[in-house]
Amino acid sequence: MNVALYELMYRLRVFEKRAYDLFLQNLVKGTSHLALGQEAVAAGFASAMRHDDWTFCTYRGHDHTLARGASMTGCMAELLGRANGVLTGKGGSMHLGAADKHAMGSYAIVGAHMCIALGAGWTAQYKATQQVAVCFFGDGTTNIGAFHEALNMAAVWKLPVVFVCENNMYMEYTPIGSVTAVKRPAADRAAAYGLEAIVIDGNDADACYSTALTAYERARRGEGPSLIEALTYRQGGHSRADPAKYRPDAEVEAWMKRDPVPAYRARLLAGGVEDSALAAIEAAAQAEIDAATEAAKNGPLPSLDEIEKDTWADGTSTWRN
Amino acid sequence: MAELTYRDAVAAAIAQEMERDENVVFLGEDIGGAGGVFKATVGLLERFGPTRVRDTPISEMAILGAAMGAAMTGLRPIAEIMFSDFLAVCWDMPANQMAKTRYMSGGQITLPLVVRTANGGGLRFGAQHSQAVENWAMAVPGLKVVAPSSAADVKGLLAAAIRDPDPVIFFEAKELYPLKGEVPDGEHVDRLGTAKVLRAGKDCTILALAAMVSRALEAAERLAREGIDATVVDIRSLVPLDTQTILRETIATGRLYTVEENPRLCGWGAEIASIVAEEAFWDLDAPIVRITTPHAPLPAADVLEDGARPSVERIVNTVRTTLG
Repeated sequence: MNVALYELMYRLRVFEKRAYDLFLQNLVKGTSHLALGQEAVAAGFASAMRHDDWTFCTYRGHDHTLARGASMTGCMAELLGRANGVLTGKGGSMHLGAADKHAMGSYAIVGAHMCIALGAGWTAQYKATQQVAVCFFGDGTTNIGAFHEALNMAAVWKLPVVFVCENNMYMEYTPIGSVTAVKRPAADRAAAYGLEAIVIDGNDADACYSTALTAYERARRGEGPSLIEALTYRQGGHSRADPAKYRPDAEVEAWMKRDPVPAYRARLLAGGVEDSALAAIEAAAQAEIDAATEAAKNGPLPSLDEIEKDTWADGTSTWRN
Repeated sequence: MAELTYRDAVAAAIAQEMERDENVVFLGEDIGGAGGVFKATVGLLERFGPTRVRDTPISEMAILGAAMGAAMTGLRPIAEIMFSDFLAVCWDMPANQMAKTRYMSGGQITLPLVVRTANGGGLRFGAQHSQAVENWAMAVPGLKVVAPSSAADVKGLLAAAIRDPDPVIFFEAKELYPLKGEVPDGEHVDRLGTAKVLRAGKDCTILALAAMVSRALEAAERLAREGIDATVVDIRSLVPLDTQTILRETIATGRLYTVEENPRLCGWGAEIASIVAEEAFWDLDAPIVRITTPHAPLPAADVLEDGARPSVERIVNTVRTTLG
């Protein structure tokens, strides 16, 4: 139990809520996939990382990127398509990342980044740096071939990669159980790779934190990858366009009662943390998101010169002489 | 100058670069213990050990993903995709991931990596192990595309590709693996994006790539005996493309032929024809002529495969009849 974990979860919560508000105002264009309700996974697993461990995540990646220390302003400006965005406006919501914080990007083709994380694990292993690559993905990812390829090769090569399945019960609009041959989409497959089946409460930030530490330590000791299934719930729809009417009311209600952010607040209060201390954290997070929103809205539009910049390492897109 | 085969030049280039830079690593199916199914990587495992030269499962997504993740975090990986046809099972990696990540990250992430692959026909393997697919890669912004025609170019261009800071797809012509050629002694590093004039002529200009280069040269020698003097240019690199050499050599003769192993539609010659038509139209004395494999899958039977791919005879006949 620690206050910093709550602070991080609260900051993620206000960011995602603000992102949603800005969609409604049509300030965020395109689509976006919010992780409201899944903050405990992002906060717990990121807080247990070493500063130089690598994060790889999916298009539902705002929380994972922010949790590594990316600035709210940079992330919000990216969502708004501004030049002060963390990717200069060229990546957008689905590709959020901050390489200087070792947040190695959000990947929008399901499964690919599980294979890419292997390579970071290889670098750590080859250079004996004891770094860990942590790869977050959804329950839907467990049914694509890349899931199998990545887990098998990680196990065979004993790579320091921790695979975290955020099982939020829905593969986009479809209940995961109706398209998956086993009950637990990740954990029930662990045996196929000689790995332990690990299922945790993904709405319990402390459980996420301690499970993460154990898996990271195992990876640093050279004992290979872990596959963790964290049970959680997507409080909203799959993406901006999805009102998520397909979910039974009782299910939504039950999970809203298990909202990880107020739950952790209650745990801290029960543990003797002063309410005023938490209120101060909340006020600071609100001030931070307000300032970030203003800075993003006031950010300059990207220059059209950006279109043909940075295809190549020399900064250009030149393909002929 | 030492004489090496095209396949030995592959191992020589990788060894040269692994010796020079400890960040260079190599992975793929059967590349280590077996020395490669085309024996192009014999000896590397023994010399550099199993943490740098790693055999993989049949998992093309994992192979290219691992290469990409390694490149993002400080290594300079070389990945082998055994047959270029198999790029289709992992095309997400080159086309969506490797090619775009630098751009989408606003330049934060650099991807110095090479994907080597055996490309093209000539071995009677049928349509799923024989395609020339360099034009697939050429169509993706963010990929550099190289296809050498000689042992010397294999060594020099592969070394250059490994040192390049961007993703390079390196198409080795599987028909050429046994081909012998002189390779410069000592360290040999060439330059990407440079075409080479292999024969200077005055009547027409023939552009060719990879396995088609020696055919174009032989055709030029036969044409010379008939009094037709052809320039032959080895394109070597599709991205970057040496349009200066291409335009200069085209303008010099006024007649342009391309010899392409890829199927007709959207082959590399179509892009070059478009550039020449836009920029050197008034210097042309005749329509541009493309000599390609037909727009059909490649058949297996030797007589059919030979009939489908551009042959010396087809080049000679095409030039003779159109130049007349």
